[in-house]
Amino acid sequence: MKTVAKTGNEAMAYAMKQINPDVVAAYPITPATEVVQIFSNYVADGEVDTEFVAVESEHSALSACVGASIAGGRVMTSTSSQGLALMHEILYIAAGNRLPIVIALVNRSLSAPINIHCDHSDTMGSREAGWMHLYCANSQEAYDSLIIALKTAEATAVPAIVSTDAFILSHAMERLEVLEDSDVQNFIGEYRPRFSALDLENPKTYGPLDLQDYFFEHKRAQIDDFSKVLDAYDKAAKDYAELSGRYYPALEEYKTEDADVAIFAAGSTADTAKEVVDDLRDQGRKVGLVRMRMWRPLPVEQIKKALTKFKAVAVMDRSDTMADFGGPVFLETRGMLYDSEEKPLITDYVYGLGGRNIKLTDIARVYDDIEQVAKAGKIEKLITYLGVRGEE
Amino acid sequence: MQQYFEVRWHGRGGQGAKTAALLFGEAAMETGKYIQAFPEYGPERTGAPVKAYNRLSDGPIRIHTQVTDPDVVVVLDASLLESINVTEGLKKGGAILVNTQEKAEVIKKKLGVTDAKVAVVDATKIAVEILKRNVPNTVMLGAMVKVTGALEWDSALASIEAKLSEKFRGRKEIIEGNVKAIKKAYDEVEVA
Repeated sequence: MKTVAKTGNEAMAYAMKQINPDVVAAYPITPATEVVQIFSNYVADGEVDTEFVAVESEHSALSACVGASIAGGRVMTSTSSQGLALMHEILYIAAGNRLPIVIALVNRSLSAPINIHCDHSDTMGSREAGWMHLYCANSQEAYDSLIIALKTAEATAVPAIVSTDAFILSHAMERLEVLEDSDVQNFIGEYRPRFSALDLENPKTYGPLDLQDYFFEHKRAQIDDFSKVLDAYDKAAKDYAELSGRYYPALEEYKTEDADVAIFAAGSTADTAKEVVDDLRDQGRKVGLVRMRMWRPLPVEQIKKALTKFKAVAVMDRSDTMADFGGPVFLETRGMLYDSEEKPLITDYVYGLGGRNIKLTDIARVYDDIEQVAKAGKIEKLITYLGVRGEE
Repeated sequence: MQQYFEVRWHGRGGQGAKTAALLFGEAAMETGKYIQAFPEYGPERTGAPVKAYNRLSDGPIRIHTQVTDPDVVVVLDASLLESINVTEGLKKGGAILVNTQEKAEVIKKKLGVTDAKVAVVDATKIAVEILKRNVPNTVMLGAMVKVTGALEWDSALASIEAKLSEKFRGRKEIIEGNVKAIKKAYDEVEVA
Protein backbone atom coordinates (compact mmCIF):
# COMPACT_ATOMS: atom_id res chain seq x y z
CA MET A 1 0.00 0.00 0.00
CA LYS A 2 1.33 3.45 -0.81
CA THR A 3 0.03 7.00 -0.49
CA VAL A 4 -0.30 8.97 -3.70
CA ALA A 5 -1.92 12.18 -4.95
CA LYS A 6 -4.29 11.52 -7.84
CA THR A 7 -7.31 13.01 -9.53
CA GLY A 8 -10.44 10.87 -9.90
CA ASN A 9 -9.50 10.17 -13.51
CA GLU A 10 -5.93 9.25 -12.60
CA ALA A 11 -7.20 7.01 -9.82
CA MET A 12 -9.55 5.14 -12.15
CA ALA A 13 -6.91 4.81 -14.88
CA TYR A 14 -4.48 3.47 -12.27
CA ALA A 15 -7.01 0.87 -11.08
CA MET A 16 -7.46 -0.15 -14.73
CA LYS A 17 -3.71 -0.53 -15.08
CA GLN A 18 -3.54 -2.79 -12.05
CA ILE A 19 -6.52 -4.80 -13.30
CA ASN A 20 -4.65 -5.17 -16.60
CA PRO A 21 -7.69 -6.05 -18.75
CA ASP A 22 -7.34 -8.09 -21.94
CA VAL A 23 -9.11 -5.48 -24.04
CA VAL A 24 -9.96 -1.80 -23.66
CA ALA A 25 -11.89 -0.21 -26.53
CA ALA A 26 -12.62 3.45 -25.95
CA TYR A 27 -13.38 6.81 -27.43
CA PRO A 28 -12.42 9.91 -25.44
CA ILE A 29 -14.99 12.37 -24.10
CA THR A 30 -14.67 15.23 -21.62
CA PRO A 31 -14.32 14.87 -18.64
CA ALA A 32 -13.45 11.16 -18.92
CA THR A 33 -10.87 11.75 -21.66
CA GLU A 34 -7.95 11.46 -19.26
CA VAL A 35 -8.95 7.96 -18.16
CA VAL A 36 -8.55 6.78 -21.74
CA GLN A 37 -5.51 8.95 -22.39
CA ILE A 38 -3.63 7.85 -19.27
CA PHE A 39 -4.53 4.24 -19.87
CA SER A 40 -3.31 4.44 -23.47
CA ASN A 41 -0.01 5.73 -22.07
CA TYR A 42 0.23 2.60 -19.93
CA VAL A 43 -0.37 0.57 -23.08
CA ALA A 44 2.25 2.51 -25.04
CA ASP A 45 4.77 2.19 -22.21
CA GLY A 46 4.22 -1.56 -22.02
CA GLU A 47 2.95 -1.42 -18.45
CA VAL A 48 -0.14 -3.48 -19.30
CA ASP A 49 -0.79 -6.40 -21.65
CA THR A 50 -4.03 -4.87 -22.88
CA GLU A 51 -5.09 -4.79 -26.50
CA PHE A 52 -6.16 -1.16 -26.84
CA VAL A 53 -8.70 -0.55 -29.58
CA ALA A 54 -9.06 3.06 -30.69
CA VAL A 55 -12.51 3.33 -32.26
CA GLU A 56 -14.48 6.07 -34.00
CA SER A 57 -17.39 6.42 -31.54
CA GLU A 58 -18.72 5.25 -28.20
CA HIS A 59 -21.20 3.03 -30.00
CA SER A 60 -18.26 1.28 -31.59
CA ALA A 61 -16.31 1.30 -28.33
CA LEU A 62 -18.90 -0.69 -26.46
CA SER A 63 -19.58 -2.87 -29.51
CA ALA A 64 -15.90 -3.80 -29.63
CA CYS A 65 -16.05 -4.48 -25.88
CA VAL A 66 -19.01 -6.80 -26.45
CA GLY A 67 -17.09 -8.73 -29.10
CA ALA A 68 -14.01 -9.01 -26.91
CA SER A 69 -16.08 -10.10 -23.93
CA ILE A 70 -17.89 -12.77 -25.95
CA ALA A 71 -14.45 -14.00 -26.95
CA GLY A 72 -13.81 -14.53 -23.24
CA GLY A 73 -11.71 -11.49 -22.44
CA ARG A 74 -11.63 -9.29 -19.37
CA VAL A 75 -12.88 -6.02 -20.84
CA MET A 76 -13.15 -2.40 -19.70
CA THR A 77 -13.87 1.01 -21.15
CA SER A 78 -14.50 4.57 -20.05
CA THR A 79 -16.97 7.26 -21.03
CA SER A 80 -19.27 10.05 -19.89
CA SER A 81 -22.51 11.82 -20.76
CA GLN A 82 -23.17 11.86 -24.52
CA GLY A 83 -20.78 8.94 -24.81
CA LEU A 84 -22.92 6.79 -22.53
CA ALA A 85 -25.98 7.97 -24.41
CA LEU A 86 -24.42 6.80 -27.66
CA MET A 87 -23.61 3.45 -26.00
CA HIS A 88 -27.20 3.11 -24.84
CA GLU A 89 -28.23 0.54 -27.42
CA ILE A 90 -25.19 -1.62 -26.71
CA LEU A 91 -25.60 -1.37 -22.93
CA TYR A 92 -28.62 -3.65 -23.24
CA ILE A 93 -26.81 -6.00 -25.60
CA ALA A 94 -23.87 -6.36 -23.19
CA ALA A 95 -26.16 -7.02 -20.24
CA GLY A 96 -28.49 -9.35 -22.16
CA ASN A 97 -25.52 -11.39 -23.32
CA ARG A 98 -24.31 -11.52 -19.69
CA LEU A 99 -20.99 -9.86 -20.43
CA PRO A 100 -19.23 -8.50 -17.31
CA ILE A 101 -17.76 -5.41 -18.95
CA VAL A 102 -16.82 -2.57 -16.56
CA ILE A 103 -17.10 1.12 -17.44
CA ALA A 104 -15.10 3.77 -15.59
CA LEU A 105 -17.55 6.61 -16.01
CA VAL A 106 -17.59 10.29 -15.19
CA ASN A 107 -21.05 11.70 -14.50
CA ARG A 108 -21.82 14.70 -16.68
CA SER A 109 -25.01 16.37 -17.83
CA LEU A 110 -26.61 15.63 -21.19
CA SER A 111 -27.12 18.23 -23.93
CA ALA A 112 -28.92 20.51 -24.66
CA PRO A 113 -27.85 23.10 -23.70
CA ILE A 114 -24.24 21.99 -24.05
CA ASN A 115 -22.55 21.58 -20.69
CA ILE A 116 -19.55 19.51 -19.64
CA HIS A 117 -20.11 19.61 -15.87
CA CYS A 118 -21.52 17.26 -13.30
CA ASP A 119 -24.95 15.85 -12.87
CA HIS A 120 -26.25 12.30 -12.84
CA SER A 121 -28.54 12.49 -15.88
CA ASP A 122 -26.32 10.20 -17.93
CA THR A 123 -26.29 7.13 -15.68
CA MET A 124 -29.81 7.72 -14.37
CA GLY A 125 -30.93 7.61 -18.00
CA SER A 126 -29.35 4.18 -18.35
CA ARG A 127 -30.55 2.63 -15.14
CA GLU A 128 -32.84 0.11 -16.79
CA ALA A 129 -30.14 -1.37 -19.03
CA GLY A 130 -29.17 -4.20 -16.69
CA TRP A 131 -25.89 -2.82 -15.40
CA MET A 132 -24.74 -2.52 -11.81
CA HIS A 133 -24.21 1.17 -10.89
CA LEU A 134 -21.92 2.51 -8.19
CA TYR A 135 -21.68 6.24 -7.37
CA CYS A 136 -18.40 7.30 -5.74
CA ALA A 137 -17.84 10.04 -3.17
CA ASN A 138 -14.12 10.66 -3.67
CA SER A 139 -11.03 9.55 -5.60
CA GLN A 140 -10.13 6.85 -3.11
CA GLU A 141 -13.52 5.31 -3.51
CA ALA A 142 -13.34 5.55 -7.31
CA TYR A 143 -10.10 3.57 -7.28
CA ASP A 144 -11.40 0.97 -4.82
CA SER A 145 -14.82 0.66 -6.44
CA LEU A 146 -13.50 -0.16 -9.87
CA ILE A 147 -11.67 -3.16 -8.44
CA ILE A 148 -14.65 -4.32 -6.35
CA ALA A 149 -17.03 -3.81 -9.28
CA LEU A 150 -14.90 -5.89 -11.63
CA LYS A 151 -14.87 -8.76 -9.16
CA THR A 152 -18.64 -8.53 -8.66
CA ALA A 153 -19.33 -8.26 -12.38
CA GLU A 154 -17.30 -11.33 -13.23
CA ALA A 155 -18.84 -13.34 -10.38
CA THR A 156 -22.37 -12.57 -11.59
CA ALA A 157 -21.93 -12.02 -15.34
CA VAL A 158 -23.54 -8.60 -14.86
CA PRO A 159 -21.74 -5.57 -16.33
CA ALA A 160 -20.93 -2.60 -14.09
CA ILE A 161 -20.66 1.18 -14.22
CA VAL A 162 -18.53 2.95 -11.61
CA SER A 163 -18.88 6.71 -11.67
CA THR A 164 -17.36 9.90 -10.30
CA ASP A 165 -18.71 13.44 -10.38
CA ALA A 166 -17.43 15.45 -13.33
CA PHE A 167 -14.57 17.81 -12.44
CA ILE A 168 -15.55 17.81 -8.75
CA LEU A 169 -13.87 14.41 -8.52
CA SER A 170 -12.58 13.64 -12.01
CA HIS A 171 -10.23 16.62 -12.06
CA ALA A 172 -9.64 17.16 -8.34
CA MET A 173 -6.41 15.81 -6.98
CA GLU A 174 -6.76 14.09 -3.63
CA ARG A 175 -4.64 11.97 -1.40
CA LEU A 176 -5.37 8.27 -1.62
CA GLU A 177 -3.88 4.88 -0.91
CA VAL A 178 -3.31 2.37 -3.66
CA LEU A 179 -2.64 -1.34 -3.40
CA GLU A 180 0.28 -3.24 -4.86
CA ASP A 181 -0.31 -4.60 -8.38
CA SER A 182 0.01 -8.15 -7.07
CA ASP A 183 -2.64 -7.58 -4.39
CA VAL A 184 -5.08 -6.34 -7.01
CA GLN A 185 -4.30 -9.30 -9.27
CA ASN A 186 -4.74 -11.78 -6.42
CA PHE A 187 -8.00 -10.14 -5.42
CA ILE A 188 -9.61 -10.19 -8.85
CA GLY A 189 -8.12 -13.57 -9.78
CA GLU A 190 -8.01 -15.05 -13.23
CA TYR A 191 -11.12 -14.41 -15.29
CA ARG A 192 -12.86 -17.63 -16.27
CA PRO A 193 -15.83 -16.82 -18.50
CA ARG A 194 -18.75 -19.21 -18.41
CA PHE A 195 -18.74 -19.29 -22.18
CA SER A 196 -16.26 -18.16 -24.78
CA ALA A 197 -16.60 -17.83 -28.52
CA LEU A 198 -13.00 -18.98 -28.75
CA ASP A 199 -13.83 -22.26 -27.04
CA LEU A 200 -13.91 -24.25 -30.26
CA GLU A 201 -14.60 -27.53 -28.48
CA ASN A 202 -17.94 -26.14 -27.32
CA PRO A 203 -19.33 -23.92 -30.03
CA LYS A 204 -22.24 -21.70 -29.04
CA THR A 205 -24.40 -19.05 -30.63
CA TYR A 206 -24.21 -15.58 -29.11
CA GLY A 207 -26.82 -12.89 -29.42
CA PRO A 208 -29.34 -14.97 -31.40
CA LEU A 209 -32.88 -14.20 -32.48
CA ASP A 210 -35.22 -15.01 -29.61
CA LEU A 211 -38.90 -14.28 -30.26
CA GLN A 212 -42.22 -14.79 -28.49
CA ASP A 213 -41.35 -18.37 -27.70
CA TYR A 214 -38.41 -17.84 -25.29
CA PHE A 215 -37.41 -14.15 -25.03
CA PHE A 216 -39.52 -13.65 -21.92
CA GLU A 217 -37.97 -16.61 -20.08
CA HIS A 218 -34.49 -15.38 -20.92
CA LYS A 219 -35.29 -11.87 -19.71
CA ARG A 220 -36.80 -13.30 -16.54
CA ALA A 221 -33.63 -15.30 -15.96
CA GLN A 222 -31.54 -12.16 -16.48
CA ILE A 223 -33.65 -10.28 -13.93
CA ASP A 224 -33.28 -13.19 -11.52
CA ASP A 225 -29.50 -13.18 -11.91
CA PHE A 226 -29.50 -9.41 -11.39
CA SER A 227 -31.10 -9.96 -7.99
CA LYS A 228 -27.98 -11.92 -6.97
CA VAL A 229 -25.66 -8.98 -7.59
CA LEU A 230 -26.21 -7.40 -4.19
CA ASP A 231 -24.97 -10.47 -2.29
CA ALA A 232 -22.04 -10.92 -4.65
CA TYR A 233 -21.18 -7.26 -4.25
CA ASP A 234 -21.31 -7.46 -0.49
CA LYS A 235 -18.98 -10.44 -0.45
CA ALA A 236 -16.52 -8.70 -2.79
CA ALA A 237 -16.70 -5.49 -0.72
CA LYS A 238 -16.00 -7.39 2.50
CA ASP A 239 -13.10 -9.31 0.98
CA TYR A 240 -11.74 -6.03 -0.31
CA ALA A 241 -12.06 -4.50 3.14
CA GLU A 242 -9.86 -7.27 4.54
CA LEU A 243 -7.26 -6.49 1.93
CA SER A 244 -7.38 -2.70 2.07
CA GLY A 245 -9.01 -1.76 5.39
CA ARG A 246 -11.69 0.15 3.47
CA TYR A 247 -15.24 -1.14 3.45
CA TYR A 248 -17.90 0.21 1.14
CA PRO A 249 -21.42 -1.04 1.81
CA ALA A 250 -24.02 -0.73 -0.96
CA LEU A 251 -25.78 1.76 1.30
CA GLU A 252 -23.90 3.81 3.87
CA GLU A 253 -25.38 5.31 7.02
CA TYR A 254 -23.71 8.20 8.80
CA LYS A 255 -24.76 9.24 12.30
CA THR A 256 -28.27 7.89 11.83
CA GLU A 257 -28.77 5.89 15.06
CA ASP A 258 -30.67 8.60 16.93
CA ALA A 259 -31.40 10.95 14.03
CA ASP A 260 -34.87 12.39 13.52
CA VAL A 261 -34.20 13.52 9.99
CA ALA A 262 -31.79 12.51 7.24
CA ILE A 263 -30.59 13.45 3.80
CA PHE A 264 -30.46 10.65 1.23
CA ALA A 265 -27.81 11.56 -1.34
CA ALA A 266 -25.13 10.15 -3.65
CA GLY A 267 -21.69 11.03 -4.95
CA SER A 268 -19.41 13.82 -3.77
CA THR A 269 -22.33 15.75 -2.27
CA ALA A 270 -22.95 12.94 0.21
CA ASP A 271 -19.33 13.25 1.37
CA THR A 272 -19.74 17.02 1.76
CA ALA A 273 -22.99 16.48 3.67
CA LYS A 274 -21.12 14.50 6.36
CA GLU A 275 -19.30 17.71 7.21
CA VAL A 276 -22.65 19.48 7.59
CA VAL A 277 -23.99 16.65 9.76
CA ASP A 278 -21.00 17.00 12.11
CA ASP A 279 -21.48 20.73 12.26
CA LEU A 280 -25.20 20.50 13.05
CA ARG A 281 -24.58 17.70 15.56
CA ASP A 282 -22.22 20.08 17.38
CA GLN A 283 -25.27 22.32 17.74
CA GLY A 284 -27.19 19.41 19.28
CA ARG A 285 -29.36 18.69 16.25
CA LYS A 286 -30.30 15.09 15.55
CA VAL A 287 -29.49 14.84 11.86
CA GLY A 288 -28.03 12.01 9.82
CA LEU A 289 -27.06 11.00 6.33
CA VAL A 290 -27.80 7.95 4.22
CA ARG A 291 -25.55 7.61 1.22
CA MET A 292 -26.77 5.90 -1.88
CA ARG A 293 -23.75 4.16 -3.36
CA MET A 294 -25.34 1.34 -5.33
CA TRP A 295 -28.42 2.32 -7.31
CA ARG A 296 -28.62 -0.77 -9.54
CA PRO A 297 -29.60 -3.21 -8.34
CA LEU A 298 -31.49 -1.34 -5.65
CA PRO A 299 -30.54 -2.44 -2.15
CA VAL A 300 -34.25 -2.30 -1.31
CA GLU A 301 -34.31 -3.91 2.12
CA GLN A 302 -31.29 -1.87 3.28
CA ILE A 303 -32.91 1.34 2.08
CA LYS A 304 -36.21 0.53 3.78
CA LYS A 305 -34.47 -0.35 7.04
CA ALA A 306 -32.35 2.79 6.93
CA LEU A 307 -35.00 5.34 5.99
CA THR A 308 -38.07 4.15 7.91
CA LYS A 309 -36.52 5.16 11.22
CA PHE A 310 -36.66 8.88 10.44
CA LYS A 311 -39.50 11.37 10.74
CA ALA A 312 -38.47 13.21 7.59
CA VAL A 313 -36.10 12.49 4.72
CA ALA A 314 -34.82 14.78 2.00
CA VAL A 315 -33.79 13.00 -1.16
CA MET A 316 -31.14 14.85 -3.13
CA ASP A 317 -31.40 14.17 -6.83
CA ARG A 318 -28.72 15.32 -9.25
CA SER A 319 -31.01 14.68 -12.23
CA ASP A 320 -34.67 14.97 -13.08
CA THR A 321 -37.14 12.44 -14.45
CA MET A 322 -38.96 14.98 -16.64
CA ALA A 323 -42.10 13.40 -15.21
CA ASP A 324 -43.05 16.62 -13.45
CA PHE A 325 -42.50 14.64 -10.27
CA GLY A 326 -38.91 15.28 -9.22
CA GLY A 327 -35.84 13.11 -9.62
CA PRO A 328 -35.42 9.35 -10.04
CA VAL A 329 -34.05 8.67 -6.56
CA PHE A 330 -37.07 10.43 -5.06
CA LEU A 331 -39.57 8.48 -7.14
CA GLU A 332 -37.99 5.11 -6.51
CA THR A 333 -37.48 5.80 -2.81
CA ARG A 334 -41.13 6.68 -2.33
CA GLY A 335 -42.04 3.50 -4.20
CA MET A 336 -39.85 1.33 -2.01
CA LEU A 337 -41.29 2.77 1.19
CA TYR A 338 -44.93 2.73 0.14
CA ASP A 339 -45.75 -0.52 1.96
CA SER A 340 -43.86 0.31 5.15
CA GLU A 341 -46.12 0.95 8.13
CA GLU A 342 -43.78 3.50 9.65
CA LYS A 343 -42.37 5.77 7.01
CA PRO A 344 -40.86 9.23 6.88
CA LEU A 345 -42.23 12.27 5.14
CA ILE A 346 -40.13 12.45 1.99
CA THR A 347 -39.30 15.57 0.03
CA ASP A 348 -37.10 15.98 -3.02
CA TYR A 349 -34.31 18.43 -3.73
CA VAL A 350 -33.14 18.47 -7.32
CA TYR A 351 -29.75 20.17 -7.23
CA GLY A 352 -26.46 20.78 -8.99
CA LEU A 353 -27.61 20.30 -12.58
CA GLY A 354 -24.89 21.14 -15.07
CA GLY A 355 -22.32 21.42 -12.27
CA ARG A 356 -24.02 24.15 -10.20
CA ASN A 357 -21.91 24.38 -7.04
CA ILE A 358 -23.57 22.96 -3.93
CA LYS A 359 -22.40 24.78 -0.82
CA LEU A 360 -22.33 23.63 2.78
CA THR A 361 -24.98 26.25 3.49
CA ASP A 362 -27.23 24.78 0.77
CA ILE A 363 -27.08 21.40 2.48
CA ALA A 364 -27.61 22.96 5.93
CA ARG A 365 -30.70 24.68 4.56
CA VAL A 366 -32.10 21.29 3.46
CA TYR A 367 -31.65 20.05 7.03
CA ASP A 368 -33.45 23.17 8.27
CA ASP A 369 -36.33 22.38 5.93
CA ILE A 370 -36.76 18.73 6.91
CA GLU A 371 -36.52 19.51 10.61
CA GLN A 372 -39.45 21.82 9.97
CA VAL A 373 -41.30 19.07 8.07
CA ALA A 374 -40.67 16.65 10.95
CA LYS A 375 -41.87 19.18 13.49
CA ALA A 376 -45.00 20.14 11.55
CA GLY A 377 -45.76 16.55 10.59
CA LYS A 378 -46.59 17.62 7.06
CA ILE A 379 -44.94 18.61 3.82
CA GLU A 380 -45.32 22.17 2.57
CA LYS A 381 -43.28 21.77 -0.59
CA LEU A 382 -42.75 18.35 -2.12
CA ILE A 383 -40.13 19.12 -4.75
CA THR A 384 -37.58 21.91 -4.56
CA TYR A 385 -35.12 22.94 -7.25
CA LEU A 386 -32.27 23.96 -4.99
CA GLY A 387 -30.38 27.11 -5.90
CA VAL A 388 -32.14 27.88 -9.18
CA ARG A 389 -32.49 31.56 -10.02
CA GLY A 390 -36.05 32.79 -9.94
CA GLU A 391 -37.27 29.64 -8.20
CA GLU A 392 -37.20 30.61 -4.53
CA MET B 1 -15.57 21.19 12.59
CA GLN B 2 -12.35 20.05 11.00
CA GLN B 3 -9.81 22.77 10.22
CA TYR B 4 -9.01 23.46 6.59
CA PHE B 5 -6.37 25.60 4.94
CA GLU B 6 -7.75 26.85 1.64
CA VAL B 7 -6.03 28.57 -1.25
CA ARG B 8 -7.36 30.25 -4.38
CA TRP B 9 -5.06 30.78 -7.34
CA HIS B 10 -5.82 33.42 -9.95
CA GLY B 11 -4.05 33.36 -13.28
CA ARG B 12 -4.55 33.63 -16.98
CA GLY B 13 -4.94 30.61 -19.24
CA GLY B 14 -1.46 29.31 -20.00
CA GLN B 15 0.26 30.69 -16.89
CA GLY B 16 -0.05 27.44 -15.01
CA ALA B 17 -2.42 28.24 -12.14
CA LYS B 18 -3.64 24.64 -12.20
CA THR B 19 -0.10 23.23 -12.27
CA ALA B 20 0.85 25.45 -9.34
CA ALA B 21 -2.13 24.18 -7.34
CA LEU B 22 -1.25 20.57 -8.14
CA LEU B 23 2.40 21.04 -7.20
CA PHE B 24 1.49 22.83 -3.99
CA GLY B 25 -0.98 20.05 -3.16
CA GLU B 26 1.54 17.30 -3.76
CA ALA B 27 4.19 19.13 -1.78
CA ALA B 28 1.73 19.46 1.09
CA MET B 29 0.94 15.75 0.92
CA GLU B 30 4.64 14.94 1.23
CA THR B 31 4.59 16.75 4.57
CA GLY B 32 1.81 14.44 5.76
CA LYS B 33 -1.25 16.55 4.95
CA TYR B 34 -4.46 15.45 3.30
CA ILE B 35 -4.94 17.54 0.19
CA GLN B 36 -7.17 18.61 -2.63
CA ALA B 37 -6.05 20.53 -5.71
CA PHE B 38 -8.51 21.40 -8.43
CA PRO B 39 -9.07 23.94 -11.16
CA GLU B 40 -12.29 25.73 -11.93
CA TYR B 41 -13.11 24.66 -15.45
CA GLY B 42 -14.88 27.09 -17.71
CA PRO B 43 -14.40 28.14 -21.28
CA GLU B 44 -10.65 28.65 -20.85
CA ARG B 45 -8.62 30.26 -23.53
CA THR B 46 -5.04 31.36 -23.41
CA GLY B 47 -4.99 34.68 -21.60
CA ALA B 48 -8.48 34.43 -20.10
CA PRO B 49 -8.84 34.61 -16.30
CA VAL B 50 -8.71 31.18 -14.63
CA LYS B 51 -8.90 29.95 -11.05
CA ALA B 52 -7.55 26.93 -9.21
CA TYR B 53 -7.86 25.83 -5.60
CA ASN B 54 -6.23 23.92 -2.77
CA ARG B 55 -7.75 22.53 0.37
CA LEU B 56 -5.39 21.12 3.03
CA SER B 57 -6.12 19.38 6.30
CA ASP B 58 -4.57 17.09 8.90
CA GLY B 59 -7.37 14.54 8.40
CA PRO B 60 -9.26 13.09 5.44
CA ILE B 61 -11.11 15.81 3.47
CA ARG B 62 -14.79 15.24 2.83
CA ILE B 63 -15.76 18.63 1.43
CA HIS B 64 -16.09 18.67 -2.37
CA THR B 65 -17.17 22.22 -3.10
CA GLN B 66 -15.51 25.29 -4.51
CA VAL B 67 -13.37 27.28 -2.12
CA THR B 68 -15.33 30.42 -1.25
CA ASP B 69 -13.44 31.73 1.81
CA PRO B 70 -9.74 31.17 1.12
CA ASP B 71 -7.01 31.60 3.73
CA VAL B 72 -4.64 32.58 0.97
CA VAL B 73 -5.11 34.09 -2.47
CA VAL B 74 -2.32 33.92 -5.03
CA VAL B 75 -2.41 36.18 -8.08
CA LEU B 76 -0.09 35.09 -10.89
CA ASP B 77 -0.82 38.11 -13.08
CA ALA B 78 -1.14 41.61 -11.64
CA SER B 79 -3.30 42.77 -14.56
CA LEU B 80 -6.10 40.67 -13.03
CA LEU B 81 -6.28 43.18 -10.17
CA GLU B 82 -7.97 45.56 -12.60
CA SER B 83 -10.75 43.20 -13.67
CA ILE B 84 -11.32 40.63 -10.93
CA ASN B 85 -12.20 41.01 -7.27
CA VAL B 86 -9.29 38.86 -6.12
CA THR B 87 -9.89 39.49 -2.42
CA GLU B 88 -13.45 38.12 -2.56
CA GLY B 89 -14.08 35.94 0.48
CA LEU B 90 -10.48 36.24 1.74
CA LYS B 91 -10.43 35.32 5.42
CA LYS B 92 -9.55 37.82 8.11
CA GLY B 93 -5.92 37.32 9.05
CA GLY B 94 -5.31 35.57 5.74
CA ALA B 95 -2.85 36.55 3.05
CA ILE B 96 -2.82 37.64 -0.55
CA LEU B 97 0.28 37.16 -2.65
CA VAL B 98 0.67 39.02 -5.92
CA ASN B 99 3.18 38.65 -8.74
CA THR B 100 4.01 42.31 -9.41
CA GLN B 101 6.79 44.86 -9.72
CA GLU B 102 5.00 47.11 -7.25
CA LYS B 103 5.80 47.42 -3.55
CA ALA B 104 3.62 45.52 -1.08
CA GLU B 105 2.34 48.79 0.44
CA VAL B 106 1.14 49.98 -2.97
CA ILE B 107 -0.76 46.77 -3.66
CA LYS B 108 -2.19 46.79 -0.16
CA LYS B 109 -3.57 50.26 -0.71
CA LYS B 110 -4.81 49.42 -4.19
CA LEU B 111 -6.71 46.36 -2.93
CA GLY B 112 -7.98 48.18 0.13
CA VAL B 113 -6.97 45.24 2.30
CA THR B 114 -6.83 46.04 6.01
CA ASP B 115 -7.25 42.73 7.81
CA ALA B 116 -5.01 40.41 5.80
CA LYS B 117 -1.35 40.20 4.91
CA VAL B 118 -0.35 41.49 1.48
CA ALA B 119 2.81 40.05 -0.07
CA VAL B 120 4.48 40.75 -3.39
CA VAL B 121 7.22 39.21 -5.47
CA ASP B 122 8.30 39.91 -9.03
CA ALA B 123 7.92 36.32 -10.16
CA THR B 124 7.74 37.29 -13.82
CA LYS B 125 11.17 38.92 -13.63
CA ILE B 126 12.61 35.92 -11.83
CA ALA B 127 11.07 33.54 -14.38
CA VAL B 128 12.31 35.49 -17.38
CA GLU B 129 15.75 35.88 -15.84
CA ILE B 130 16.27 32.27 -14.82
CA LEU B 131 13.87 30.22 -16.92
CA LYS B 132 14.03 32.54 -19.95
CA ARG B 133 10.22 32.33 -20.18
CA ASN B 134 7.32 34.15 -18.57
CA VAL B 135 6.10 31.21 -16.47
CA PRO B 136 5.55 32.61 -12.98
CA ASN B 137 3.60 29.68 -11.52
CA THR B 138 6.28 27.48 -9.99
CA VAL B 139 8.25 30.56 -8.98
CA MET B 140 5.30 31.76 -6.91
CA LEU B 141 5.36 28.51 -4.94
CA GLY B 142 8.52 29.67 -3.22
CA ALA B 143 6.93 32.92 -2.10
CA MET B 144 3.76 31.07 -1.18
CA VAL B 145 5.51 28.64 1.16
CA LYS B 146 7.31 31.49 2.89
CA VAL B 147 4.34 33.80 3.31
CA THR B 148 1.89 31.20 4.55
CA GLY B 149 4.20 29.06 6.65
CA ALA B 150 1.76 26.28 5.80
CA LEU B 151 4.48 23.87 4.77
CA GLU B 152 7.92 22.93 5.96
CA TRP B 153 10.28 24.53 3.44
CA ASP B 154 12.87 21.76 2.92
CA SER B 155 10.40 18.95 2.36
CA ALA B 156 8.17 21.17 0.22
CA LEU B 157 11.12 22.08 -1.99
CA ALA B 158 12.24 18.45 -2.24
CA SER B 159 8.75 17.38 -3.25
CA ILE B 160 8.42 20.09 -5.89
CA GLU B 161 11.82 19.13 -7.29
CA ALA B 162 10.79 15.47 -7.44
CA LYS B 163 7.54 16.30 -9.23
CA LEU B 164 9.33 18.53 -11.74
CA SER B 165 11.85 15.77 -12.38
CA GLU B 166 8.98 13.42 -13.13
CA LYS B 167 7.34 15.91 -15.45
CA PHE B 168 10.46 17.08 -17.31
CA ARG B 169 12.19 13.70 -17.44
CA GLY B 170 15.89 14.33 -17.88
CA ARG B 171 15.63 17.99 -18.86
CA LYS B 172 18.03 19.03 -16.16
CA GLU B 173 18.21 22.74 -17.00
CA ILE B 174 14.45 23.14 -16.58
CA ILE B 175 14.37 21.29 -13.27
CA GLU B 176 17.38 23.11 -11.81
CA GLY B 177 16.17 26.43 -13.16
CA ASN B 178 12.81 26.03 -11.49
CA VAL B 179 14.35 25.13 -8.16
CA LYS B 180 16.66 28.13 -8.37
CA ALA B 181 13.75 30.42 -9.24
CA ILE B 182 11.61 29.05 -6.41
CA LYS B 183 14.43 29.70 -3.92
CA LYS B 184 14.87 33.21 -5.25
CA ALA B 185 11.17 33.97 -4.85
CA TYR B 186 11.35 32.61 -1.31
CA ASP B 187 14.16 35.04 -0.56
CA GLU B 188 12.72 38.08 -2.33
CA VAL B 189 9.06 38.07 -1.29
CA GLU B 190 8.07 41.28 0.50
CA VAL B 191 5.22 41.52 3.00
CA ALA B 192 3.12 44.49 4.08
